[in-house]
Amino acid sequence: MPLIKYVEHNGTEHQIQVSNGQSVMEGAIDNMVDGIAGECGGSCSCATCHCYVHEDWVAKVGGPNEIEEGVLECAADPRANSRLSCQITVTDELDGLVILLPESQY
Amino acid sequence: MLKNTKQAIIIGGSHAAAQLSISLRQERWEGEILVVSDDSQFPYHRPPLSKDYLSGDTSAEQLFIRPASVYRDKQIEFLLNTRVEKIDRINKSVTLSNGEARQYDKLALCTGARTRQLAIPGVALNGVHYLRDLTDAEAIKQAIQSNGKAVIIGGGYIGLETAALLRKIGIDVCVLEAMGRVLQRVTAEEVSAFYHRVHTEEGVEIKTGVFATEIVGNDCVEGVVCSNGEQIDANLVIIGVGVIPNTELAEGIGLDVDDGVIVNEFAQTSDEHIVASGDCAAHLNLIYGRRIRLESVPNAIEQSKTAAASMCDREKVYNALPWFWSNQYDLRLQIAGLNQGFDRVVFRGDVESSRSFVAWYLKQGSIVAADCVNRPAEFILAKKLISSEKQLPIADLANDSIDAKTLLLALA
Repeated sequence: MPLIKYVEHNGTEHQIQVSNGQSVMEGAIDNMVDGIAGECGGSCSCATCHCYVHEDWVAKVGGPNEIEEGVLECAADPRANSRLSCQITVTDELDGLVILLPESQY
Repeated sequence: MLKNTKQAIIIGGSHAAAQLSISLRQERWEGEILVVSDDSQFPYHRPPLSKDYLSGDTSAEQLFIRPASVYRDKQIEFLLNTRVEKIDRINKSVTLSNGEARQYDKLALCTGARTRQLAIPGVALNGVHYLRDLTDAEAIKQAIQSNGKAVIIGGGYIGLETAALLRKIGIDVCVLEAMGRVLQRVTAEEVSAFYHRVHTEEGVEIKTGVFATEIVGNDCVEGVVCSNGEQIDANLVIIGVGVIPNTELAEGIGLDVDDGVIVNEFAQTSDEHIVASGDCAAHLNLIYGRRIRLESVPNAIEQSKTAAASMCDREKVYNALPWFWSNQYDLRLQIAGLNQGFDRVVFRGDVESSRSFVAWYLKQGSIVAADCVNRPAEFILAKKLISSEKQLPIADLANDSIDAKTLLLALA
């Protein structure tokens, strides 16, 4: 199982093994990583699973599609490396991925 | 080992119950936590049931709010397939359907809501379904035939979302709405007309101002008879005519109830040891200055956080702006606030022929709500406008050539 590193805004790190096929959001919710709320359950509607992809991983993870891009505009403090974690599917390729969590989802 | 023997009991297997159990641990509740649910499953997301779940894009496993292991790790005990038969407020205990009695120090009612039943002949025929829980959705999934013809009774969000989904998988759909227009109770005339138009463009037949008087068929449904005498062929009927809060337990023990268990801004009921949250609770909303009951996930989540704090004797006021979402076809609707009592609607974008616009609802010149279709930036702008005392010129809000981000900056 790929290992995903979630780094909270205050620097707290969570190293979590997430199954292939799960989303980065699900990996956080299932393991009680507080910085991700995921209110809409992964339907790309609420922007409460907003995260920043570590710059080393941006190219591999790729960018948002048009719908996600629109929803990201709703997020607090969106940046160039912003993604909705519910829209990033975990694969072996993403083993070691580093996800930075925003200060707040609201 | 748990550090003390305080008992928290949460009644219900709803989204609110799931959140409350977790939030209790986050609020450092050190005693026992028991969740009693009459469902056979751990709590799951309900919104996808009328959306991606029916089409098979989402699996049942993906619906679970948290995996069972999380509750186990957090020492949250779940009793599934179990009902609470009785609550004894004097002795602070509940009697369960398995005959067991359990003591509580704090009790939470997260009993949710159930579908409003339609009392017409034929509703018991095979092929007639409501859509509220996973069992319903599973049954509909089984019943879907690729060359099928479905009649949906009720043109609210659930009915229209289901219609969109069934169209996506190639089923003929007819929606019956008893009122003069779809979404009549929840949105402006122009927005109803918008959804009517898009559904028609997608091939859904919509009949308004007619209601179903009978469902006919031998054993299996064959058609729906309408109030105008017309009979519409169908091998699948889905009824979506609203929900009723489950307040019987609360009523039975004399708590204040009025279309929901009445709670204050701390999710406390009229009994200091009992909280309520989610669809079953009617809370005092500080933004709108009155009591409201919300059927929404954000409400279930945020109110449960408040309820958990109250159970731990901490004050965390619930003061969140209500918001909702509905996905149909390529339309991502985000609703900010409650539009009741508005006296004017102003539009941004073309509601008549495009698929992207905002309806701003105004009451005495102030924005009280907004329907944002494929307009996420305006949605955040709407939330800010409603929650703050700030205002922007109506002409600017209506002017689609002014970028939404510019308006957001003007507000900052």
